[in-house]
Amino acid sequence: MAALSPEIWTSVRLTIELAAVTTAILLVIGTPIAWWLARSKAWWREAVAAIVALPLVLPPTVLGFYLLVALGPNGLGGVLSSFGGLRTLAFTFEGLVIGSVVYSLPFVVQPIRNAFEAMGERPMEVAATLRASPLRSFWTVALPMARPGFLTGAVLGFAHTVGEFGVVLMIGGNIPGETKVLSVAIYDFVETLRWREANILAGGMVVFAFVVILSMIALEKRMRRLGP
Amino acid sequence: MTAADTIDVRFEGRLGAFRLAVGFQAPGRGVTALFGPSGCGKTSVLRAIAGLDHLTGLCRIGDEVWQDGQRFLPTHRRPVGYVFQEANLFPHLSVKRNLLYSSRGKVLPAAEGRIGFKEVVELLKVEPLLERAPARLSGGERQRVAIGRALLSQPRLLLMDEPLSALDQATRQEILPFLERLHDTLALPILYVSHDMREVERLADHVVLMREGRVLASGPLTEIQSDPDLPLARERDARVSLEGVVATIDAEYGIVGITVEGGQFLVPGEDSFKIGDHLRLAIGADDVSLSRVPPAATSILNVLPAVIVSARALGRHQMLVALGLGDNGKGDRLLARVTRKSWEQLDLAEGVQVHAQIKGVALAPR
Repeated sequence: MAALSPEIWTSVRLTIELAAVTTAILLVIGTPIAWWLARSKAWWREAVAAIVALPLVLPPTVLGFYLLVALGPNGLGGVLSSFGGLRTLAFTFEGLVIGSVVYSLPFVVQPIRNAFEAMGERPMEVAATLRASPLRSFWTVALPMARPGFLTGAVLGFAHTVGEFGVVLMIGGNIPGETKVLSVAIYDFVETLRWREANILAGGMVVFAFVVILSMIALEKRMRRLGP
Repeated sequence: MTAADTIDVRFEGRLGAFRLAVGFQAPGRGVTALFGPSGCGKTSVLRAIAGLDHLTGLCRIGDEVWQDGQRFLPTHRRPVGYVFQEANLFPHLSVKRNLLYSSRGKVLPAAEGRIGFKEVVELLKVEPLLERAPARLSGGERQRVAIGRALLSQPRLLLMDEPLSALDQATRQEILPFLERLHDTLALPILYVSHDMREVERLADHVVLMREGRVLASGPLTEIQSDPDLPLARERDARVSLEGVVATIDAEYGIVGITVEGGQFLVPGEDSFKIGDHLRLAIGADDVSLSRVPPAATSILNVLPAVIVSARALGRHQMLVALGLGDNGKGDRLLARVTRKSWEQLDLAEGVQVHAQIKGVALAPR
């Protein structure tokens, strides 16, 4: 392993950092969205669900293009970044986080929404008849009961962020230590004919993907055994 | 029944194909059954009382107004206990944590106006289950825990929505005694939804009779059962429940004498009865026959003087007769179904004194 260039380690660390931050943010903003999608009776609910699911269908380059415009100096990102003394959010780690959040949103929201829907209204009603306020019911009943959905969502969100390429390339560019994540690094190695490094990274990704899927299956089995 | 402890309910709303418009008063103690066929709106009424659904109307328990034109208390601010058809225990919590959900995990002793943890555990016999996960309980055990959990929320009113209907026959028989004990040990008023008259007979003191979103009648169990103008009395297996007290025990023949208002029944009884025990008797309309003169020699133990209070034709060939026990007919009510042929041959009519021969009496402990 010592033979691996520090470049590789930099991208591995960056990738894990990006995926971890993205997953954390996704859990925080994905939970209320999933709750609303599971509970709302508004007619435009499915329209919101479709918007959340868009990244599943859109080519990542399309998403990346719009994000680039939005994050750039003339977009919302430019306005926001000016508070931090920057000109743009594009080609920064922060920009990458925003892009990843949008890109992986459906992978986190969907399992959590499914878990909330599978739970049904009844547990919350029971909690209410036991004097629990809506907020307490949510914390003590809805969240723990939807735990399998949260785990699935977190794993999928993390893995999917690790694997993104198109969006990163469009809005992140290729700055070592800042935006050069694994998938981009592999692309770079191939471009510069460094097959050995490309091989190591690609192989590592295959192993990673395999482990993720396997642990998901194991987790699901365990949950089913412990669960209701 | 003073205004201070009455349950006063009036609701209006839509219910599938028909309109729900109900209003009734129930006593502030004992078990009141909401009785009617499936889909008549019983559950909707219960949910509205709990505040789970918002129908327009009024809901008042004693002097506490939970809902009227101006206010609508959300469910978690109404002191109700609610037992659903399914136990709905929280699967991620142990039995003990389920029981203590409303007190946020605190074990509280009994006190003035408060049901203690220990008492509930004893009443429902859940001690050996406390550390288990709900997934590892039987259906009957789960329902017992659900009842205990509702009781420990310190309700002013306990709502039970067919708590036995999801259980098999054997488990029902296992739970019924617990419900009867609930009735006997707690001062807490209970609204009990059911479509099973046998269950109502055993548990209820008061009945609200519902049909298609409205209240047909509401009153004490015996009154509702014995009113020949109400559908209950016209059913094939109509019967009337009476409250009785064990007055005599004939050990040699194994016969107990049970006094009711206006008469005494002799019933083959096991040795388990004691003088002074309260019992509930059920007498089917088909098990009562009428005679003008006291029968001279009969194997029927129970021949009681009664007066015909009212009578209605039942189809073309039968009469449904409401009787008042006692020489003056002022005692408890019974129903008798007789043929129109006998009715005319015996020249029976309202106000006529008869001798009611009762072939069978079903007993249930109180």
